[in-house]
Amino acid sequence: MNVQLFALAIVDGVSYAALVFLVAVGLTLIFGVLRVLNVAHGSFYAIGAYTTASVGGAIFAAGFSPWLAFPLMIVAAVLVGTLIGGPIEKFLLSRIYHLEDVLQILVTFAVFLILEDFQRLVWGVQPLFEATALNQLGTVTVFGITYTAYQLIFLPVVAVLVLVGLRLGLRRTLTGRLITAVTEDREAAITIGIDAEKVYLITFIVGASLAALGGALASATTSVVPGMGADMIVLSFAVVATAGLGQIEGAAITALMIGLGRSFAVYVWPEMQVLVPYLIMFGVLLVRPQGLFGGIEARKI
Amino acid sequence: MTSILSKRWLLVFIVALLIVAPIVAPSTQVLLTLALAKSLAVLGVIVLLQAGQVSFGHALFFAIAAYGAAFLGRSMGGGEILLNLVLGVVAASAVALIVGLFIVRYRHIFFGMLNLAASMIFYSFLEKFYYITGGSDGLSVPRPTVLGMALERAEFEWILFYGALLLVLGALALTHRFLTSPLGQMMRAIKTNEVRLEYLGVSSRRVLLAGYVLSAALCGLGGALMATAQGIVTPEYAWWIRSGEFVFIAILGGAGSVNGALVGALAYEFVKNYAAAFAADIWQLVLGTVLLVVILFAPNGIVGLSQRLGNGRSEKEEAGQ
Repeated sequence: MNVQLFALAIVDGVSYAALVFLVAVGLTLIFGVLRVLNVAHGSFYAIGAYTTASVGGAIFAAGFSPWLAFPLMIVAAVLVGTLIGGPIEKFLLSRIYHLEDVLQILVTFAVFLILEDFQRLVWGVQPLFEATALNQLGTVTVFGITYTAYQLIFLPVVAVLVLVGLRLGLRRTLTGRLITAVTEDREAAITIGIDAEKVYLITFIVGASLAALGGALASATTSVVPGMGADMIVLSFAVVATAGLGQIEGAAITALMIGLGRSFAVYVWPEMQVLVPYLIMFGVLLVRPQGLFGGIEARKI
Repeated sequence: MTSILSKRWLLVFIVALLIVAPIVAPSTQVLLTLALAKSLAVLGVIVLLQAGQVSFGHALFFAIAAYGAAFLGRSMGGGEILLNLVLGVVAASAVALIVGLFIVRYRHIFFGMLNLAASMIFYSFLEKFYYITGGSDGLSVPRPTVLGMALERAEFEWILFYGALLLVLGALALTHRFLTSPLGQMMRAIKTNEVRLEYLGVSSRRVLLAGYVLSAALCGLGGALMATAQGIVTPEYAWWIRSGEFVFIAILGGAGSVNGALVGALAYEFVKNYAAAFAADIWQLVLGTVLLVVILFAPNGIVGLSQRLGNGRSEKEEAGQ
């Protein structure tokens, strides 16, 4: 493996990790507050990608400025999170918090099945490709390799901004502090007058929007195909489990680990590409069952 | 829930129907054989649901047994059906013992998703290492002999169906025995209160491991049967959609009882075969909606519904446990 391939693997891994992080951090945020691991999370990623690619294709064909691709991604992500994520929490998940864990998982699994077909009904099975945003930023050359600025600079910057924004948002803003309070101790938070139901709804919408943003950003780099949501939910779960449930910074570091591991596999042993994230996860969980950054929880009798 | 087999009439009725079905309506025979094979795997999923754990990856064991049968049949130039089934069960149990040692340390969503990850690993192995596994085209499974006799297709399918029926009934009885045995009761206590179980000095991991291996063995039996009946194995045997299907059927039939596996699998296969043609594009949407409705409004599945219709009062107490 020469220097150029090495650099290429690193760049691939980092840009991929940025996308995985956005999805995984939404998943871990939702779990931290709602205590429900949302199997339908990958669907938000896929729907975000589909919305961006199809709307983008339509407005660029109508002759609008290609720079609109960037605001479009944010608008699409927020819309998907609010219009699809919002009702799911409000009308469905809010009814199942008292059910046993296994049924909660199955409910989100049912939502996932429904959303998979919803995508196929709306967008069909033909792959969509809309790379305006990618082309708009051009390419850069480092260490003798030429790479798209979108993947090399833009995606990692967005991921870091989201990470910092989430951290500051949770610590400094009122809504963020309410979310933190409910995460720490739901009953105590309700007792002092926090509207937990509203906090649940807001958290779910934010988490779903982050997954949709991941999809929106990914749509510029790859074709949008059926089944991309299923792949992503398993991968982002691997990230979240390896990091420890509810760990935001941990998710970033683990996403980087898994992204790099996967991209090196592509160059070294391509058959292993799909397996590497799981091998990393199994390896970590074997040694630290609570994840790399997870704390040990007290058990209640 | 006082007794898992409390309503025997439903089972008796269904078995009677199954016995006459291939004679009255021969066209249903293959479909029913496949449904029986699937019901074995669903039974495996129900065993784990009794411990409050859901696996999104049990197609792994289904596929291991199926490919085992394929390799065995091809290497022996035909093979023997009994060997196919035995190898399937042994291979699935052996893998379950190894994977299980790791997975039984986890509960709930971790348990479900780690199973999923394990099955995805096997799925991509089947797809990528095509020089061994035939890739996405899969492998053909030659028609095996039955107790050393080489049979024509019609006779073979006839024997396969009634053999499968016997296997399913045997598996139902065995699983019922297991769940009512002390070990099975301890496994069900994992769902109710695991910490108390450990305070009694029982290793809940070891108990769950026993249940895990049994559930994998049942999936393996189903997988080997399915491979033999279909004559071909593809990576789809290990795909997550198939695992999801098992879980779906278990909930549909009623995860509180072993009969739910048979009832659910028959209902599912028939609806899928005859109704899916009208709703092929929205099949998963239908599945998801039915799953939501069953969980929210009929938590004990078809078996629970039929019991409620048959006996209004006493079942309410059961449902409210």
